[in-house]
Amino acid sequence: MERRVFLAGLGAMGIAPGTAWALDKNSAERLINALVSDINRVIASGKSEGAMFREFERIFKKYSDTSYIAAYAMGVDARRASAAQKRSFSQAFQKYVSHKYGSRFREFIGGRLEVTGVSKVKNWYEVSTVAYLRGESPFEVTFLVSDRSGQDLFFNMYIEGVNLLLTERTEIGAMIDRNGGNLDKMIADLQAIT
Amino acid sequence: MRLMATHPKFFLSFAWSCFQFGANKAWNALYSHARHLKVVCTESQFMPLSSNTKTVSKLAAAAALILTLGACSNPDTAMTRGDQVWDPYEQGNRKVHAFNRGLDRAIIRPTSRGYSSILPDEIEDSIGNVAENLAMPGVFVNAILQGDLRTAGLATTRFLVNSTLGMGGMFDVASDFQVEEADTDFGETLHVWGVGEGAYIELPLLGPATGRDTAGKIVDLFTNPLSYTLPSPEKTYGTVASVASRLSDRGRYSDTIDSILYESADSYAQARLIYLQNRRFELGQSNQSAEIDPFALDTEGF
Repeated sequence: MERRVFLAGLGAMGIAPGTAWALDKNSAERLINALVSDINRVIASGKSEGAMFREFERIFKKYSDTSYIAAYAMGVDARRASAAQKRSFSQAFQKYVSHKYGSRFREFIGGRLEVTGVSKVKNWYEVSTVAYLRGESPFEVTFLVSDRSGQDLFFNMYIEGVNLLLTERTEIGAMIDRNGGNLDKMIADLQAIT
Repeated sequence: MRLMATHPKFFLSFAWSCFQFGANKAWNALYSHARHLKVVCTESQFMPLSSNTKTVSKLAAAAALILTLGACSNPDTAMTRGDQVWDPYEQGNRKVHAFNRGLDRAIIRPTSRGYSSILPDEIEDSIGNVAENLAMPGVFVNAILQGDLRTAGLATTRFLVNSTLGMGGMFDVASDFQVEEADTDFGETLHVWGVGEGAYIELPLLGPATGRDTAGKIVDLFTNPLSYTLPSPEKTYGTVASVASRLSDRGRYSDTIDSILYESADSYAQARLIYLQNRRFELGQSNQSAEIDPFALDTEGF
């Protein structure tokens, strides 16, 4: 499954396997532009909510460093998680994230995201975009892109300074606490949301 | 400007007493101020013009007190880094949060839904514009206090253009002319003056804040010159419009706000984190990228 998605991703990006990956300003910007146009396409498609969530899940898998985001969200508890727990958490988490953020994209209907700049920070890139929504003053959305995984993928996102990774680590942490530290129960909770 | 000039003096004269009584004492005073916020607010709206002088001096004294309390609640700078949250009053805050959530569920959420569904979007936008326009004189005052002439200029231009060409602020003509939005508040003024963020506080009705922003919110009840110069019914327009536009926002961003308040595992912690990050971002404090290194985490198995 992972492999198939990976290959599909490669195909969709029009890059043959074996091409050397070189993250630079242009490729980071290209990634975010492609992401934005994919999101805009889904919003404009007027599909049913369920279909949109599936689309967002696909987009999330294609453009983001899902294993990094999942690992970060689980935080220090990941040290005591079994391989099976990590795997099922990662899957449930992807569904949960696309569901959660996908349902907010409704607010983006009729709006648009524009890339305004790219800058290098340490060993990754920061792509700044501005979101224009109806009746709202434009606001900043920033994506962080790295090639940690061997592919150019975004590993964090900021909406007006609000950090996706920190927000989700807090949320998953609260779920773990609520279940008295039981990771399986937390994963079941996560699956129940979607 | 006068306040600004006397500000270091406040710092010095109250520093010792802060030190003596301890931060807890300062907090308690601040907290009871916050609890009386609603009363203060009501007073200011219905204040007869004749009593202005007396009230102004009373307010100046209150502002001085608040300013120093804000200063006292300054922890250390480590607290303003990364996801670090300084929340020594968590127990009390959680109670307030439960109250706010109950209030939202019972009154604010249903009201905003009704409000948003009855009013056409254009009218909601206009009310939002009016609220924003009437806030501009307050933005101007704070920008001047911060020595930020650019924002002061923007606020002035927006207010003049939108009040005239924009039919009393109903239409945001200034934005059509590419005049940037201007927004600031006394909390930011305190930040510019070097007052630290302080402890996290969830205020009844008003929601998340910090020690510094609570002080700012209280002072901002009085920083808008319109509330002193306009005759009695007109000066409440700004307040009414801003309450209406907040209702409108509650309706428009219903899904997002609901997801924080009702769908997250710990809505208190979520609201706290989101507020603090966003506020630090607004104040230009967040050092976005520095804190998370994508290569410094073991992702094996995920």
